[in-house]
Amino acid sequence: MLQIFVNARYDFVGKRRWFYFASLAAVAVSLISIAAHRGLNYGIDFTGGALVQVRYDKPVTVAQVRQGLDELKLGSAVIQQFGDVREYLIRLPETDLKAAEISARIQEALGKAAGARVEIRRLEFVGPQVGRDLQLQALYAVLAGMIGILIYVAIRFDFRGGVISIAALAHDVIVTLGAISITNREMSLSVLAALLTIVGYSINDTIVVFDRIRENRGRGLRRGQSVADLVNNAINQTLSRTILTSFTTFLAAVVLFLFGGEVLHDFAFALVVGVVTGTYSSVAAATLVMDWELWSSKGATRGAKQAVKAEAVATKKP
Amino acid sequence: MRRNLPLRIGIVVAVVILSAWLLYPPKKTINLGLDLQGGIHLVLGVDVDKALESYIGREGDLIRAELEKKGIGVSRIERRGSTELVVQLASPQNWADAQNVFKAAGAFETKESDQTAGRVVLALRAREIAAQRDEAVRVGLETIRNRIDQFGVAEPSIQRQGDNRILIQLPGVQDPERAKALIGKTALLEFKLVDERADSEAAARGTVPEGDEVLYQRRVEKESGVERKIPYVVRKQTLLTGRDLSTARVSIDQNTSEPYVSVEFNPAGAKAFSDLTDANVNKRLAIVLDGNVHSAPVIRERIPSGRAQITGGFTSQEATDLAIVLRAGALPAPVNVLEERTVGPSLGADSIRRGLMSTLMASVAVILFMVIYYRLSGLIADLALALNLVILMAAMAGFHATLTLPGIAGIVLTIGMAVDTNILIFERIREELRSGKTVRASIDAGFSRAFRTVIDTHVTVLVSAAILYQFGTGPVKGFAVSLAIGILASLFTAVFFTRLIFDLIYMGPRRVETVSI
Repeated sequence: MLQIFVNARYDFVGKRRWFYFASLAAVAVSLISIAAHRGLNYGIDFTGGALVQVRYDKPVTVAQVRQGLDELKLGSAVIQQFGDVREYLIRLPETDLKAAEISARIQEALGKAAGARVEIRRLEFVGPQVGRDLQLQALYAVLAGMIGILIYVAIRFDFRGGVISIAALAHDVIVTLGAISITNREMSLSVLAALLTIVGYSINDTIVVFDRIRENRGRGLRRGQSVADLVNNAINQTLSRTILTSFTTFLAAVVLFLFGGEVLHDFAFALVVGVVTGTYSSVAAATLVMDWELWSSKGATRGAKQAVKAEAVATKKP
Repeated sequence: MRRNLPLRIGIVVAVVILSAWLLYPPKKTINLGLDLQGGIHLVLGVDVDKALESYIGREGDLIRAELEKKGIGVSRIERRGSTELVVQLASPQNWADAQNVFKAAGAFETKESDQTAGRVVLALRAREIAAQRDEAVRVGLETIRNRIDQFGVAEPSIQRQGDNRILIQLPGVQDPERAKALIGKTALLEFKLVDERADSEAAARGTVPEGDEVLYQRRVEKESGVERKIPYVVRKQTLLTGRDLSTARVSIDQNTSEPYVSVEFNPAGAKAFSDLTDANVNKRLAIVLDGNVHSAPVIRERIPSGRAQITGGFTSQEATDLAIVLRAGALPAPVNVLEERTVGPSLGADSIRRGLMSTLMASVAVILFMVIYYRLSGLIADLALALNLVILMAAMAGFHATLTLPGIAGIVLTIGMAVDTNILIFERIREELRSGKTVRASIDAGFSRAFRTVIDTHVTVLVSAAILYQFGTGPVKGFAVSLAIGILASLFTAVFFTRLIFDLIYMGPRRVETVSI
């Protein structure tokens, strides 16, 4: 039988300061990167503007594409090679051009400049009003997702579980956004979809661990067992599950990243990062339970152990 | 626990048969999104204020006619903003009679009135404003639907979005530019008399006689390609509009072999056309489309037939499209493109290829991993995964959901997530085995204890998918749909189906010593 982490006895709780440090550092780096880039690099979905994907019938250089665009005087266009040397992605800021005119004029001007035939493979035009609407809605969507999860976890476990889960989710979202920012990727609608998927998915491992903490606690603490042992045991017992479930999803996300094509690239990238950080954070979040216990039982005269025992009895009753 | 085996087997078989039936034949049942088969996604904003303005203009004409019928002199009626009319009576003498006329015009309420000056400001009632705006979007949508139907697009989708937006999806359109021009044209056809006394050159410089306006005819010189604008001074009053047409079609001029559009009026329009040509022989009649003069032929004699021709150097495609928009009618208000996403057919084919490859690769990777790690149980999970994919595709076919590129991504992700449920169950069974339970007790405990966790994980993903669906536009919605269906199907396949297979293998009358997990 192929097994991993069968008799895992790692002291996660004892090393929890390292987790906190690593997480805070990752969040800090992410926020600094986002700040250094003056916010996220929103795609045209959110800012308005046009995106044109063109394919030439022979290889051309960026300079040739630029030359064609300059004749149109469309403002500061961003040109990016997309796939091979015949395909380019052109991003245009808000222009006075109407959507109807953009593709015809670009096709003509680019073709003339490069002496080649040009195919417009994709055109996306988003008016400024639509973009602004989307930007707000995107924020609402992620917040609504997190609040939905908070409510569910709070009902299913307790308020504490909900708060810790949200902390873990916020961590995952920020770190994923940070990775997007550091690698100069664009915040698009599909990246947003990836973020929401992560919000729904990465909570799963956290729930598995929380469930186990509760199950073990239901049996009561054995003599000489501390809350730290309780949490450690729960994490270790579910470690193989946490890693394996994430691994299969990670596999799928990596396949998308490698073979899904350029259109899905950023989406898959966000998923890969999100799955990894989500797995890590579910372990780290569980150790937060420990600190919460210590903090909430501070001031109780008999110390943490007894307080937890009493609580264990109380949770057993209903 | 071998309870209800025949029933459970029956349910699985029924689901498989239902899925196969929904899926057959796959080319017809799976609805490909615009990003996969190519096409146009357009969001149009309807300029509802313009619709209000023209409504007010028409109402103003009616009120003027009503006042004049009662012998009340009107010096002018003007629109103020998009919802108000300013009426200036010639004298304050017939004030009471005028008030009755205003009261009869139910759409308005009197906002200001100044009897000594003989001046009244009428404001459109809020209810009427809302109704007119709504009407403009509704009629606009119907008109666009008509045009698209005549243009010939297989399975177009035209929906209202919010208050004043129209979402149009045209799959598989080869010539997006032409389709957009056809949809976006206001196509307001007007017949106006040319003011023969006015000096068009002077008017073009700014001195326009009272009651007249300057409109231009655009002419492109065939040899040089230079565009010329020829000014016409026409009476502001519109004598006939495209509303009075009964049909429009393309014909070819026998002499010049140039295409033109011949239009035919309905009986009321024909009568009006006959009267107006009778009264204005030897004057020129300007045929104006969306504010541009197309031609201004001289009326030689009364035309009782109710037929007219619109010429103006069209290409045959332009003439065809003009005939379509005239038949479908004018948009009640101009529209502008707020959002457009066009995908060429070649990119769509590329995306399908890559999507299929990703799905295949992810499947192979996950299937191999499960077999290597869990052996026979892994194989059962793989079977469940295959069943999951079949149900997922069948459900999409059954709900007429659209498969988009992000939707394929959702399927690939489902492959990774669907086996999670089995992993949770299998790990639990292993744990129970390690604690010394028998094979059967372990399997029982594994399924029942993992169940709560499985439900939790499903609910959280579903919450995210629901929010994505609510929020997302076309492609993102597709992702949410396939993710949600896949996750729901995995409840059936990874729990119900897997359990059934386990029961068949391990829960029979034979003694079972080991489990391949």
